[in-house]
Amino acid sequence: MSLASELAVPPPSKIRLAGVSKKFTTNRGTVQALEDINLEIGEGEFVCFVGPSGCGKSTLLRIVAALERNFTGTAEVNGKMITEPGRDRTVMFQEHALFPWLDVLGNVLFGLKLKPDLSKKDRLEVARYYLQLVGLDGFERANIHELSGGMKQRVALARALAPNPRLLLMDEPFAALDAMTREQLYGDLQKIHAARKKTILFVTHNVREAVCLGDRVILFSPRPGRIRKKFRIELPRPREFNDVAMASLAAEITGELKTILAPAQ
Amino acid sequence: MKQFLAALAFFAVLLGAWEFAARHSGASSLLLPSPTAVWRYFFGSPSPDGGTVGGAVWDGTLGGATLVTMKRLFLGYGVGIGIGIPLGMLTARFKFLHNTVGTIALGLQTLPSVCWVPLALLWFGQTETAMLFIVVMGTVWAVILATDHGIRQIPPIYREAASTMGSKGLHLWLKVLAPASLPHIVSGAKQGWAFAWRSLMAAEIYITILSGMGIGHLLHYGRELHAMDQVVGLMFVIIVIGFLADKILFSPWERFLHRRWGLTNS
Repeated sequence: MSLASELAVPPPSKIRLAGVSKKFTTNRGTVQALEDINLEIGEGEFVCFVGPSGCGKSTLLRIVAALERNFTGTAEVNGKMITEPGRDRTVMFQEHALFPWLDVLGNVLFGLKLKPDLSKKDRLEVARYYLQLVGLDGFERANIHELSGGMKQRVALARALAPNPRLLLMDEPFAALDAMTREQLYGDLQKIHAARKKTILFVTHNVREAVCLGDRVILFSPRPGRIRKKFRIELPRPREFNDVAMASLAAEITGELKTILAPAQ
Repeated sequence: MKQFLAALAFFAVLLGAWEFAARHSGASSLLLPSPTAVWRYFFGSPSPDGGTVGGAVWDGTLGGATLVTMKRLFLGYGVGIGIGIPLGMLTARFKFLHNTVGTIALGLQTLPSVCWVPLALLWFGQTETAMLFIVVMGTVWAVILATDHGIRQIPPIYREAASTMGSKGLHLWLKVLAPASLPHIVSGAKQGWAFAWRSLMAAEIYITILSGMGIGHLLHYGRELHAMDQVVGLMFVIIVIGFLADKILFSPWERFLHRRWGLTNS
């Protein structure tokens, strides 16, 4: 594998989920986390999962990442059954999950070191490219505990992008950040999506965030976790978080979300 | 600087009081050897021709004994760490080993290793092997427990994040789980060191051996010969070695953990 092919844009993944159900057994009984999920996601699509907590949206993302096993139904990425985690599908978590024993560069290099065909020099070049892409050049040698929350998530994004996955799975990655930092990251993430053409699954409980980022927004309802409704967001990109057209779309989806929550209250 | 001087003055007064008590309390020099007597044990006393007579530092007794003791300590500690860390990783990985070896470790860790002396003497005789055995028994259990605990404390998200980047099997163990448990392993190794040092002193005091006279043996003979200046002097040596080892061996690790992880170790 040469450096050129490593930095090239690989074909994005497509995902097919058919009849996916998942039960969790705890000592207080069985919880139906997901029930009969049917969803097709096209190549390069940016899809946001929205729903109240406990609706199984994160569980579905973890099934695609193969971090969750023992489900029923079919889950395929690019026509292949999902069996184990792999660097074609990297994950970004709500907690940054960066390794504190490595510095910023070391964290971004972690996944690259698992690609034996790359030379050391190439790995460094790739890592620097992604650090620059997330706006962190100059912070290569910083320790993780020295970074702000937003910078940590940027490193986590660079680390997830570095192995050049075809699918990026993001589990509420910005939920713990302040509003200013979040809005910056919305812009950056849209730019990266445009530049790197990845399929992105993005889990959030923030409707505005989902509308701002997604080509589609999938609304989940809880207990059992089901797909309630699918929305296609046809707004032009790049989208601005405070855009008026977006706000009215978000209000519509939030209205739907409230009807889900109403019986419970 | 001011604080340092104050502390220095405190110790000077303490030493002076000790010297005064030894000289004027009427207590036998056997019960309370004076600081100057201890000094004479180390550095000898002036002889009529202007030189010095005796002195454990000059005649090589102390240097030789320290060398013998340190050799035993490093060997025993090395074996203890070499067995303890991998075994701790295995008990963390396999439930069965955790329930069996882990339970043994928990039990034997509470047993002061000097209790092994009678058996060690029967099994190995008055040999270096008996000495080594006691030091290893003193070290290994604490290291196993700390490593096992360290690995269990690792947030599952590290493992998950690594696995999504393609890390598994041996790579996951060496590149993620081992470094992630480093803070616990370092504190376990430190604890193991303290146990090894105590065990070795007990072993040297209790096991008479011909293959090398260590600090513990010198202390033992000091008692036999009623040379309490020697006993007290060696107690100081034992303190200083323990203190220096802690600084030299573990401070670099703790500084690394502090700088890289932002941890403050006590």
